[in-house]
Amino acid sequence: MSTSICLTLKIWRQKNPADKGRFENYTAKDISTDMSFLEMLDVVNEQLTLAGQEPVAFDHDCREGICGSCGTMVNGRAHGQLKGTSLCQLHMRHFKDGDTLVIEPFRARAFPVIKDLVVDRSAFDRIIQAGGFISVNTGSAPAANTLLVPLHNAEKAMDAAACIGCGGCVAACPNASAMLFVSAKISQFALLPQGKPEAARRALAMVRAMDACGFGNCSNHRECENACPKEIAIVNIARLNREYVKASFASSES
Amino acid sequence: MRLDAKIPAGPLPQKWDLHRFETKLVNPANKRKYDIIVVGTGLAGASASASLAELGYNVKTFCIHDSPRRAHSIAAQGGINAATNYPNDGDSIWRLFYDTVKGGDFRSREANVYRLAQVSNAIIDQCVAQGVPFAREYGGLLANRSFGGAQLSRTFYARGQTGQQLLLGAYSALMRQVAAGKVKMFPRREMLDIVVANGQARGIVTRNLVSGELERHAGHAVLLCTGGYGNVYFLSTNAKACNVTATYRAYKRGAFFANPCFTQIHPTCIPVHGTYQSKLTLMSESLRNDGRVWVPKNAGDKRPPSQIPESERDYFLERKYPSFGNLVPRDVASRNSKEQCDQGKGVGATGLAVYLDFADAITRDGRASIEKKYGNLFQMYDKISGQDPYQTPMMIYPAVHYTMGGLWVDYNLMSTLDGLFVLGEANFSDHGANRLGASALMQGLADGYFVIPYTIGGYLAGTRFEAAGTDHAAFGDTERQVRDQVQKLLAVRGKRTVDDFHRRLGLIMWDYCGMSRNNAGLEKARTLIQELRAEFWKNVLVPGTEADLNQSLEKAGRVADFLEFGELMVIDALARQESCGGHFNEAYQTEENEARRDDANFCHAAAWEFAGDGKDPNFHKEPLVFENVHLTQRSYK
Repeated sequence: MSTSICLTLKIWRQKNPADKGRFENYTAKDISTDMSFLEMLDVVNEQLTLAGQEPVAFDHDCREGICGSCGTMVNGRAHGQLKGTSLCQLHMRHFKDGDTLVIEPFRARAFPVIKDLVVDRSAFDRIIQAGGFISVNTGSAPAANTLLVPLHNAEKAMDAAACIGCGGCVAACPNASAMLFVSAKISQFALLPQGKPEAARRALAMVRAMDACGFGNCSNHRECENACPKEIAIVNIARLNREYVKASFASSES
Repeated sequence: MRLDAKIPAGPLPQKWDLHRFETKLVNPANKRKYDIIVVGTGLAGASASASLAELGYNVKTFCIHDSPRRAHSIAAQGGINAATNYPNDGDSIWRLFYDTVKGGDFRSREANVYRLAQVSNAIIDQCVAQGVPFAREYGGLLANRSFGGAQLSRTFYARGQTGQQLLLGAYSALMRQVAAGKVKMFPRREMLDIVVANGQARGIVTRNLVSGELERHAGHAVLLCTGGYGNVYFLSTNAKACNVTATYRAYKRGAFFANPCFTQIHPTCIPVHGTYQSKLTLMSESLRNDGRVWVPKNAGDKRPPSQIPESERDYFLERKYPSFGNLVPRDVASRNSKEQCDQGKGVGATGLAVYLDFADAITRDGRASIEKKYGNLFQMYDKISGQDPYQTPMMIYPAVHYTMGGLWVDYNLMSTLDGLFVLGEANFSDHGANRLGASALMQGLADGYFVIPYTIGGYLAGTRFEAAGTDHAAFGDTERQVRDQVQKLLAVRGKRTVDDFHRRLGLIMWDYCGMSRNNAGLEKARTLIQELRAEFWKNVLVPGTEADLNQSLEKAGRVADFLEFGELMVIDALARQESCGGHFNEAYQTEENEARRDDANFCHAAAWEFAGDGKDPNFHKEPLVFENVHLTQRSYK
């Protein structure tokens, strides 16, 4: 059943990338436990607006956990404490009356803060540009069913392909590594016959791009897997490492 | 002005072939001399950008998000149709064409729909080659499932995330072209106007959503791939940023808006639960393959579902439509759910919900099988509602989902404004008065991968272009008008928030121009919208400044356009004195409460021309000529 709770919020406010930023305290009153976390922020923002203050900027769009736009740290955890859940799918029934919530942007050198809780994740696009695709021009595809993909591999490829590119993995990682994100794309294609011709080039190029963007390395903390709203498994990182080693030692690609 | 749809001559199956042969070509060396502007990066925009860049055009692509991968196509769940007939159950291009025309209640253009069915198979080939992980059978071949409005299985899917996988496929093709230097990508930009020079669309004015700067971009053609306007209802399954601004500004610059009252109310969404609610969540139509829709037989029965015995349940879709059962088209399913709730048989706290029950399917196929097909949807339902649908039936209610109306386009996807092309949900052409499930993805990708690459060449090769760079007077004028509007919004400094106005508009639209409509209600809505619009410009409160990331200002601009556009929807609904598909006027129904069309008077697309602020728009009609299908009363019994 729906009830109302009252919360203390400590929200990161930062005017622009140059601003130092600081936490500010707000009270969120009469929050229905049926609300989503973002709806709770909407309520706070309506109050701020009416009080003549600037509302808190945060990225969001589909609000059904698939577009990957939203995401903040809530009490130190990317997308909050609930496993396998993006921030928009986190509902207030998981909080108690009187709780204090510390809300801050995803932190990583490769994700500079733009304003308040909004960060620049364009580094992910640059990594995909480096090789996160199969080179097939429109019109040149062979008939779909000429290509057989074992069900088992198709399912594993789909598990990896479910990544929504939110950056929660990077925010959760002590090294701000993007290995889970990169490995999800590399795994998807490594598991499919369509991805084979470019596998070596892709692994080398995407890892190089990841490094160039300023992400850290993986040292097996597994925080990424724990924070991922789509529960992408770190077995994909193992596969990325295999693909990378294979490409480095056994391929003529560079 | 006479609307010329430029439908090619010849028998239906040969029209597209003949047209492609007759369309002028731009030779490969000349393609690089043309700049194409693409607004939006959903399925239509991303696929068009990538395909045009592959051909050699210079493409500039704009999106409202931080990354082109986030466009709302990503949220499509169920699947994409194609006429491959892999399951050997009797499908063909003709049948997909026929089902789509019939599903649209005979208010779409035959030639366009036929072409859509023709290219549908190539879309599947293309997506598989890109590495889209479609569902497969044990032997490694592609799997299919059935969907509403069809009696066979022609839907390809990737769990409940088909839109995501197709969009990421198109996005990856787009990223490849960015890397190749053929597409220049502009994220976090909102198109605020079209620039028209010498009668041609020659560019756009955008607002950089981070810095607030207004920017000018010039090109030889502009493609709007900006989706639908379902957010005019405030609550819808659309993402929060979905808006009508791009298409509405184009309308104000001379592109006709067609059938704006054709909106789709999707039958299976999670019901509304509170006044603070910001959006509605769809539960894929594919669930109706295995879920059974029911309500208690007796009005006011408030027992929990587990305590209502089989004999006291009414599986109303199966009862009324024995051949299609739970898989009737969306408009039919939605109206029937509403009808049950109106009779007091609705369930849940608000009484505005019906059950979608998987108990039989779980008993029949086992929980594991259901989990494999719908696992992510069940999880999403559980998260939002706090109830486990494996244990207790889902509660669902119709919600605004898709808009069949859009900018009028000819067979080449060009609007009435030269050089302005419109693709995907933003145009009007393929779905008539009701879209069938799994057809939106098909249309978005058909337009982007396989239609525009041909038709744009015909326009470019056959058009003389005067110089019209960003220093042309038209760019200066347009930018000035955009700046005035932005400053006007900030200057009101009233007492009501943007969301407050948007919610109010949404309620007006839902109450009077929603699932069922009547003339008195529509007249009333028109007045209410006018009053609300007047108040908006006196009393809206937009905090912050223009030279900044200002999300309130972004919303305010969109709501300002919705407040004008909502009235256009009402005008269109009033002009269409019949019921068809998603447009249900209570005065026109059969004895069994189905939509009753009036083919003698309304077998046309209504195309509205902007006549100036505060003036009624001019009405134009494109008669719909059916040479290949026989118009019938739709029956799914």
